[in-house]
Amino acid sequence: MNIKNEMKLEFLSRSQNEAFARVAVAAFAAQLDPTLEEIADIKTAVSEAVTNAIIHGYDNPNEMVHVRTQISDYSVIIEVIDHGKGMEDVELARQPLYTSKPELERSGMGFTVMETFMDKVEVNSAPGQGTKVRMVKYISHEADETRRDG
Amino acid sequence: MLTDNKRKGDILIVGLSGELDHHHSAEVRDALDRLLDDPSIRHMILNLRHLHFMDSSGIGVFMGRYKTIHKRGGQFSIANINSQLARILEMSGLYRILKVHDTVEQAIDGIRGESE
Ligand SMILES: Nc1ncnc2c1ncn2[C@@H]1O[C@H](COP(=O)(O)OP(=O)(O)O)[C@@H](O)[C@H]1O
Ligand SMILES: [Mg+2]
Repeated sequence: MNIKNEMKLEFLSRSQNEAFARVAVAAFAAQLDPTLEEIADIKTAVSEAVTNAIIHGYDNPNEMVHVRTQISDYSVIIEVIDHGKGMEDVELARQPLYTSKPELERSGMGFTVMETFMDKVEVNSAPGQGTKVRMVKYISHEADETRRDG
Repeated sequence: MLTDNKRKGDILIVGLSGELDHHHSAEVRDALDRLLDDPSIRHMILNLRHLHFMDSSGIGVFMGRYKTIHKRGGQFSIANINSQLARILEMSGLYRILKVHDTVEQAIDGIRGESE
């Protein structure tokens, strides 16, 4: 894959940063001229992964969350990384409606949202070491075509 | 996050604005629950015209309030959703248990129509 551009964000594990992270990644991805729907998909998926790092990965607000975004000709590749608790069983965690925090009124739909809105979602996690979620979104360039045709 | 709220008989109509993510979910949950403390409320309509973003944290908030309304034998309706919201609600199964309407007026008619 031919990487054309790349950026990295690092921020404390505080919930205020959820909005910052999704808006920053979406602004960077805008270079590929995505549709409004593709931008909304990216924002939502980033929000899910970053929220998970903050509330499940870490149990205090003073740890670092890392987000790396790369752009190739036709795709956005996003990695959200925490060095927190990690997961014992990733397959179970990815099941729709599974949540380890029902007391927080979590819906257990975060991974399902990421899988539905992105084209690829890979999760690497080890207990006590942390979690890396890697997501890929293909950008259709439909917007370009309509502009050219119209 | 909660803009206006008004009553029409036993229906509570609440407007939400901004972005409903994990950071804002506790605030929205607590504000809705304070309003729902009034036992004369049976139905709730959320006007989401000014809600610009929601992730799965919002699903949890809606599910929790749905339970309260359902226990009272009422209807939980939402009005004015954008396409991002529609897709989140669809994938979570909320589309099947909440009533989705284009406008608040239609949501009111829907509730009136069913309780007659
Ligand atoms: N970064 C992470 N670190 C540790 N555990 C995680 C992480 N992300 C997700 N999980 C686990 O996976 C479960 C499912 O995540 P998700 O589908 O987003 O649902 P929710 O956030 O509503 O619990 C979480 O409840 C948690 O147990
Ligand atoms: Mg989650």
